Amino acid sequence: MKKGYFGAFGGQFVPESLVPPLRELEAAMETILPSAAFQDELDDLLRNYAGRETPLTFCPTLSGRLGFNLYLKREDLLHTGAHKVNNTLGQALLAKMMGKTALLAETGAGQHGVATAAAAARLGMSCRIFMGADDVERQAPNVMRMKLLGTEVIPVATGSRTLKDAINAALREWVATQATTHYCFGTAAGPHPFPLLVREFQTVIGRETRAQMLAKTGRLPDAVVACVGGGSNAIGMFHPFVSDASVRIIGVEAGGTGEAGCYHSAALGKGISGVLHGEYTLLLQNADGQIEPSHSVSAGLDYPGVGPEHAALQASGRVEYHAVIDSRALNAFSTLCHAEGILPALESSHALAWVLDNPDALPKGGNVVVNLSGRGDKDMEIIRRSL
Amino acid sequence: MKLIPFITAGYPTLDAFWASLRELDDNGADIIEIGVPFSDPVADGPVIEAASQQALANGVTLRWILDGLRQRKGQFNAKLVLMGYLNPFLQYGFAQLAADAAEIGVYGLIIPDLPLGEDAEYRAALSERGIHLIPLVAPNTSLERMKEYAAVASGYVYVVSVLGTTGERQGLPADVQATLQRARQAFDLPLALGFGFSHPDQLDAIPTADRPDAIIFGSALIRHLGEGGSAGAFMRRWR
Repeated sequence: MKKGYFGAFGGQFVPESLVPPLRELEAAMETILPSAAFQDELDDLLRNYAGRETPLTFCPTLSGRLGFNLYLKREDLLHTGAHKVNNTLGQALLAKMMGKTALLAETGAGQHGVATAAAAARLGMSCRIFMGADDVERQAPNVMRMKLLGTEVIPVATGSRTLKDAINAALREWVATQATTHYCFGTAAGPHPFPLLVREFQTVIGRETRAQMLAKTGRLPDAVVACVGGGSNAIGMFHPFVSDASVRIIGVEAGGTGEAGCYHSAALGKGISGVLHGEYTLLLQNADGQIEPSHSVSAGLDYPGVGPEHAALQASGRVEYHAVIDSRALNAFSTLCHAEGILPALESSHALAWVLDNPDALPKGGNVVVNLSGRGDKDMEIIRRSL
Repeated sequence: MKLIPFITAGYPTLDAFWASLRELDDNGADIIEIGVPFSDPVADGPVIEAASQQALANGVTLRWILDGLRQRKGQFNAKLVLMGYLNPFLQYGFAQLAADAAEIGVYGLIIPDLPLGEDAEYRAALSERGIHLIPLVAPNTSLERMKEYAAVASGYVYVVSVLGTTGERQGLPADVQATLQRARQAFDLPLALGFGFSHPDQLDAIPTADRPDAIIFGSALIRHLGEGGSAGAFMRRWR
């Protein structure tokens, strides 16, 4: 297969000026990343700073209702509140060992921004975060957290003033600052090698889940389920199970408000292949190739594209992808709060909602794992207005 | 020094664009780069990004551009080059684009997000129709990689003057002379220097021997047009 591709998807569609830093990163993945010095320090950071390993929590109340055993992989318990920190600690440490002194990143809801800001502060690096101007207003608490962590937050007022425009701005900034700066990309998308690099740091989710399920039940789960925006928590959960034919793998996209023709974020379900942000993948776009606005009640899923490996896993049929609309995600949020005393992120609530709304599609008496990729504290204002 | 103005198709209005194209041609443009607007122009600075947004709001599509050029076929002395991001070209259908562009007499395409390594099939489709895929090289492009480009490139070479986006800058970046020297060594094609130019005086800092064959200016022209200026008046600045 061509370098940087997953089936027909992926690649490195960037301006020539970004080819050298991407190649520098590819080289570091081959030399620094496998070294004991890197792996030992990352392991220490994940254990003693971020809070790994995360628990695999059995849900007794919901399991009784659903007729199968529901487990949650508790990425919500990590430092900074979501799986994002697995990736930012890995990339920040790699960048530091490459001799970079600064990080830059995009953020949508602010979770990746906060996780990058924390990693930068911890490792003594400076940090600049690009964030859509609308998101800066909608996600004020995360903007405050980033600033408190010593990061500069730069509002991006161009285009749709959301995540995709923040990525455009960050890529532009990286062209100019590449000598000293690493672009800490937030999801398993973008130009090669980011989809591989982010997967590398997120597969800790699936590896732990696998070992925990074997220890608890003596067998692999019957199904693993995760939400998909760009797709980093999902690829982290899925990848270690892809070659286990007995494990059903289910990705859940954001279906938006749900009425006919509504804005949504379901690039896998409804997208058309094309090129955005350095990769060939499925995109929400019009017939002229202009990128269309996306929507989700959950800002972390609100993106008009998807990582190339998900597009390939869908094409091969190994992973099934479904969409859940805003109102069902909110219902799942409330259900988990009341039934199990866990307050999930609205992103993760999409994955949970598919399971709650489709119990007959899953095996009676079986074991199902939902990746609870983040906690819902950040979503209080949206939930207050929605419930 | 040959002059290569860049204008975004359909900016500031649909009709004004066609009038500007004609004025640029009448006032000494050797090549005109026509910007095909895209919603997410990652290599462009704020002026061209805003022009692209305006053009899209005006209803500009690649089909509209090609139709307009077809109606005006043979009316321009300057060579015409389409510059845009890959996705709108992909959705139009690349083979169809190559056929239509050839029929209209388009000289070449510049696709900033299609670097060497991803370009082979697209370059082949264009080359079959006699259309050049113009390479871009930057201050961080090594001599070795420029030689890899030289092995497949045709038309001319777009030498990006600075590690940054399009947009006007004062003076010249320090390493532009070295970039030009590497490009001259690697390529047998004309070199066109772009990104950051608003006035011919900016080139005075480059020793004559290292000067490019052509200068590309986009943002300064777009800003001039956006402020109600005429393309002809802008071109006279360069003569």
